[in-house]
Amino acid sequence: MIQAGVIGVGQTNYDSKRRDVSMAGLVREAIDHAMLAADVDWDAIDAVVLGKAPDMFEGVVMPELYLADAIGAVGKPVLRVHTAGSVGGSTAVIAASHVCAGEFKTVLTVTFEKQSESNATWALSPRYPYSPHINAGAGGYFAPFIREYIRRYEAPEHIGWKVAAKDRQNALKNPLAHLQIPGIDEKMVSETPMLWEPLRYLESCPSSDGACAMVITSEEMVGSRKVAWINGMALRSEGTLSAGRDEVNPQAGIDCAKDIYQQAGIQNPRKEIDCAEIYVPFSWYEPMWLENLGFCELGEGWKLTDEGVTRLDGSLPVNMSGGVLSSNPIGASGMIRFGEAALQVMGLAEDHQVEDANIAMGHAYGGAAQFFAMWIVSSSKN
Amino acid sequence: MKKVAIVGYAQHKILPNAGALNEVELLMPVVHKVFADLGISQDDIGFTCSGSCDYLQGAAFAFVEGLSAIQTHPPIKESHVEMDAAWALYESILKVKMGDAETALVYGFGKSSPGNLDSIISLQMDPYYISPLWPDRVSLAALQARVLLEQKIITAEEMMAAVVESRKHAASNPNALITDLLSEDLYNSNNYKSSPLRALDCPPISDGASAMIIASEDKAFEYTDHPIWIEGIDHRIESSNLGSRDLATSPTIESSAKLLQLENINFDVAELHTQFSHELPFLQKLLNLGDVPINLSGGPLVGNVMMCAGLDAIGKTYESLVKNQLKHGLAHATSGPCLQHNMLVHLERQS
Repeated sequence: MIQAGVIGVGQTNYDSKRRDVSMAGLVREAIDHAMLAADVDWDAIDAVVLGKAPDMFEGVVMPELYLADAIGAVGKPVLRVHTAGSVGGSTAVIAASHVCAGEFKTVLTVTFEKQSESNATWALSPRYPYSPHINAGAGGYFAPFIREYIRRYEAPEHIGWKVAAKDRQNALKNPLAHLQIPGIDEKMVSETPMLWEPLRYLESCPSSDGACAMVITSEEMVGSRKVAWINGMALRSEGTLSAGRDEVNPQAGIDCAKDIYQQAGIQNPRKEIDCAEIYVPFSWYEPMWLENLGFCELGEGWKLTDEGVTRLDGSLPVNMSGGVLSSNPIGASGMIRFGEAALQVMGLAEDHQVEDANIAMGHAYGGAAQFFAMWIVSSSKN
Repeated sequence: MKKVAIVGYAQHKILPNAGALNEVELLMPVVHKVFADLGISQDDIGFTCSGSCDYLQGAAFAFVEGLSAIQTHPPIKESHVEMDAAWALYESILKVKMGDAETALVYGFGKSSPGNLDSIISLQMDPYYISPLWPDRVSLAALQARVLLEQKIITAEEMMAAVVESRKHAASNPNALITDLLSEDLYNSNNYKSSPLRALDCPPISDGASAMIIASEDKAFEYTDHPIWIEGIDHRIESSNLGSRDLATSPTIESSAKLLQLENINFDVAELHTQFSHELPFLQKLLNLGDVPINLSGGPLVGNVMMCAGLDAIGKTYESLVKNQLKHGLAHATSGPCLQHNMLVHLERQS
């Protein structure tokens, strides 16, 4: 298989309302940053892969049509990916597949959400015929899974506060992050109102506008550029309501992680992976995913968090950029994880850089914790 | 370069209004059919990809519901495009070519009957300047028809012939929605919906689902001695700004045709995703198809399942090559107003 690598990552700054740009302007902002970072011009781009979450978030149907000009796709192939919350990650995987299949040399990929154009909780609470209407949004949907995790492993209440405070402290080192809360700590989180037991206000992700883009290319095109080699990438899905499904520790996540570890030749992820950007839209998902991804045994994830292992200065930093808890343009949130992982191994993460990061993980999930996209990027090739 | 073949295809009978039959119920029979035809199950599938549109269903995550039609335990490698399933096929081909899968299941589904397709398609336009004017899909198509007529690239007679012929062809397609023959008189007495398009120049509101299976070179021969190879596939998009496009031509179709070297191939059959009558003679001329039989299934004018019709053009071409042991087939899929995004597929039967 052809080896692909990321040579440029571009992001917008994230905010609750980016009133200064249209949707087209927003995606183009991220693209311009990515292409400048990659040092490539439009002639070099062979195809464009666009990803975002449901069209109802902005009210534009199949937006690759409207955005064709803004994303520089005119005259080129363009694909629009939509796999729920994991879409930012799957879009990156599918963009890289264009290169790995040998069909294209260099691909531009971009994901976005302009949540201020609509109301995500409305769009996430579809009213289906013959079904009771659950106006829950994402937090209300995931809270029962989290309660079950806490029950199984007798995890103490403060773990969620700890994750929420840690990610926002990291965000203070990332000027692009949406939430900048000076002085944030566990106590501040614990004093915010309860939204969905056990999730408090500050344990929940914000609604953000923003976009993230990457330039992905084949080995021969890399040249002297800084590169994050994609040493493993995978997608996995499972049904919403299959018998025996464990929503707390979904099999699709376990399988997806095993797949990328095998591709990247990783035997012990806890030791070999230097840092990870994991999709944590609600605080408790950090320990839950640490277990699901095989960084520790079941029931041990909350202890890693409690011990500070996942802090920026810990032995396995998680969500150095501030994570989804600090910026959440839903359709882009997965790609931000993938892109931030790439920035770490390229040594370009500035104030939130992990020292000597050579192997990093990008992770995204979506739906009812049923869609997974992951990759392993490294400063050296497979 | 790794070769990829189509080895199975099934289409639900196209319905004008599936009523309480939901998307999953439309999809399940076709997924079961493609599996049964090959004697395989989801366990034999390496990658699954679908095409659907949330706005047709009136709810976010239409594709998540679609997954209920297939076996997802153990978890599967799966993805989704918010596009016609022809693009889900494209993504699946990449996965087979890169060696991530040996086989792929591709499916699409759409019910246009419950909603207002005109309003939904209006939302494909620029949301700040164009969509608020609610341009409907027929009026947008009519802009292109008008340009083609005025520049004498096509004639009104050719538009009529496209409709009349499609009805004749539909007689041999058990899945077609409209099968009654149409006289020239009846066509000429039909009212304009958006001049120069009469109601009969437009596709019927349709509900349905389709599924396809593709396989790598090695795998394909396990299923058939005569795989239908995807010899060439290319797709490209044009500007969203209708005012900056020359609607009398299609630079994307021209460049894809050139890239795939279609001028050197004697096609036996073609299925084009021509939803409006004027698009058929337009593409026929643009692609130099001359006497090549086009849309023997009747095409979109006799049944046009949104998010499926592009995949169906490819599927119907595949069926023609299999059934009549033909050599070369050409399929076309499109998306967006006035043929904005086009895909060309060259299929070749292993002799």
